Amino acid sequence: MSYLFALAGNQNSGKTTLFNALTGSNQHVGNFPGVTVEKKEGQLKNYKEASVVDLPGIYSLSPYTAEEVVTRDFIIQEHPDAIINIIDATNIERNLYLSLQLMELDTPMVIALNMMDEVIASGNTIEVKALAEHLGVPVVPISAAKNEGITELVHQVLEVAKAKQKPARMDFCEGEVHVAIHSVAHIVEQKAAKQGLPRRYAATKMIEGDEPTMAALQLTDNEKHIIEHVVENMEEKLGTDREAALADMRYSFIEGVCRECVVKHGDTKEQKRSEKIDHVLTHKVLGIPIFLCVMLLIFWLTFDLIGAPLQDLLGAGIDALTGVIQTGMEAAGVQPWLQSLVVNGICAGVGSVLSFLPIIVLLFFFLSLLEDSGYMARVAFVMDKLLRKIGLSGRSFVPMLVGFGCSVPAIMATRTLSSERDRKMTILLTPFMSCSAKLPIYGMITAAFFPRHAGLVMIGMYVLGILVMIGSGLLLKSTVYKGKPVPFVMELPAYRLPSARSVLLHMWQKAKDFLRKAFTIIFVASIVIWVLQSFSWSLQYVEDSAQSILASIGGVVAPLFKPLGFGDWRAATAILTGFSAKESVVSTLSVLTGAASDGQLSVILQSMLSPAGALSFLTFTILYMPCVAAFAASKREMGSWKGAIGNALYQTGAAYVVALVVYFVARMVL
Amino acid sequence: MTLDTVKPGEGGVIEAVYSEGALRRRLLDMGLTPGTRVMVKKMAPMGDPIELSLRGYLLSIRKEDAAKINLREAGA
Repeated sequence: MSYLFALAGNQNSGKTTLFNALTGSNQHVGNFPGVTVEKKEGQLKNYKEASVVDLPGIYSLSPYTAEEVVTRDFIIQEHPDAIINIIDATNIERNLYLSLQLMELDTPMVIALNMMDEVIASGNTIEVKALAEHLGVPVVPISAAKNEGITELVHQVLEVAKAKQKPARMDFCEGEVHVAIHSVAHIVEQKAAKQGLPRRYAATKMIEGDEPTMAALQLTDNEKHIIEHVVENMEEKLGTDREAALADMRYSFIEGVCRECVVKHGDTKEQKRSEKIDHVLTHKVLGIPIFLCVMLLIFWLTFDLIGAPLQDLLGAGIDALTGVIQTGMEAAGVQPWLQSLVVNGICAGVGSVLSFLPIIVLLFFFLSLLEDSGYMARVAFVMDKLLRKIGLSGRSFVPMLVGFGCSVPAIMATRTLSSERDRKMTILLTPFMSCSAKLPIYGMITAAFFPRHAGLVMIGMYVLGILVMIGSGLLLKSTVYKGKPVPFVMELPAYRLPSARSVLLHMWQKAKDFLRKAFTIIFVASIVIWVLQSFSWSLQYVEDSAQSILASIGGVVAPLFKPLGFGDWRAATAILTGFSAKESVVSTLSVLTGAASDGQLSVILQSMLSPAGALSFLTFTILYMPCVAAFAASKREMGSWKGAIGNALYQTGAAYVVALVVYFVARMVL
Repeated sequence: MTLDTVKPGEGGVIEAVYSEGALRRRLLDMGLTPGTRVMVKKMAPMGDPIELSLRGYLLSIRKEDAAKINLREAGA
């Protein structure tokens, strides 16, 4: 017999840790249809016929966020055999709020009472048996991080699913709310059954004024009228409105249950420790400097101390492998064009992107430490005021900072943002943070034109990128992303030591994700760019890339850049190849100008561009659409080609306008 | 008095939440229901948002949103 289980719970309840403990590494990551909400699915470790879907971390089943709607729809439409509802025992009151709503879905359910070990260690208790009786649902105490109680939990879930044992009670209400729910339930009963909606759920949602449910039920005007009358009557008698009345009904019931079942003398050890840590990390004066130091440390470790040697090692390995392939093909007498395709096209293209792997893995190692330890929420808390000005929330700060290293992990890191609008805006804005692959371009231009002010030009460009980001944020906030930002109401979870398994699994998933991209979209893109670079329009293989299709496209595009001060076909072609990787701008210019050394390249560049034109060229290359790897990441996280292409067009357009202004100003000053 | 004017270390009991739409629902869902005792723990370094303690956990909300939450029995 095969089973489908849904894992649901609050954020920070240990849901992901439990999912990993249940499934091990048998996981696939995807999206729920139509939205960019991550969907993880896996098989139970010792029971391969049962699969578990990890639903997003949510606090309620309101209709206001994509995560909550996805959870409702999944349980109602996919009919899982049981819900595993994980709750944080150290924060039981608020966690049970979601449980009560899940119970209304009339699906077999088991509560996994996580972090029971912390409750007991601090001398507090929760009467598990009494809790189960009050709620009418089996409760299993577990510790997901220590892998305790998981076997019992699985056993209980299978039993409940086999027996199709639904929650024994859903009537948490008293008085006026009780009267209203029962009257409405009576009215909607038949239509709810027809739509496959649980009766009690349909009734409470109707009272809450839940629009999706209202639309789904297709009630007659008369029925709507009666319901409205019932609800107004309830509001009048209670002296409060419908939403508050139902929230209050649930919390009152929970408070009653907790009085009976929970003995709490004080905060747990972990909560007391958290408070001490917070004294330092969110300190009025030290909070921001400490955060910046943490980010600097992560950058230094990722891009320098650990990342650079690993990247060099991997690069050397790829070069060696390329060498072996080349020698092999020469020995086998393979056609020169095919050799070039494999060596200069695929190996070089995929290889240059692959060499980022160590950096991606390291960066995600540190990011998941920040996230799982609870520090990321503090970062959002500390930085929120700044980012709010451009229509984002504090949560977007970390992906943006990561963008200074590499846009690919930065875009991938937007997954941690809970609001789709914030996520999309951050994906669009992050590439304006000048990434490390653009450093060779700075080097080339400053060496040729501004040798004495290299530092100043670089800092100026970084600042310009940030200014364009801020300007774009302001512009987008009042146009495309006008929609209301998701409210900033964020839990600050207790600090906890991240579990090694979760961190490693997270790293592995990001690495897999990146590798898949490298061997699909980037593989194809490398071939396309190679073909354009190596063939003439008559499909003749050309040794001299000046005769290639790409060069002639460069020639056609070049006049477009004339107003910006770099209408040279070689500069235009370099910008086109920059799409494969930003470093290619430099290598393309050296190839096309036939420069034998960096010194010679400088001389040729000086004859090709004016200083103002060079500055404008630099501005354009810093700001225009990111490389193919970042574009692929953007496509995946935006959830559509349309979104990714729209971003690229906007970025390129912004680059054009800003470069035009820079050229205009620079011509007057320089 | 409103929640945004409460000094760190002080608190009170929620009387009513006057915000609207998704924000209001979210505040209610997070347990800021009338009759609940809340305490303001601290402010972020730039003075906003603020950190609240309620129902045994910590929650962060913006000052402008806290301005729409009324308290009674305010004090330490």
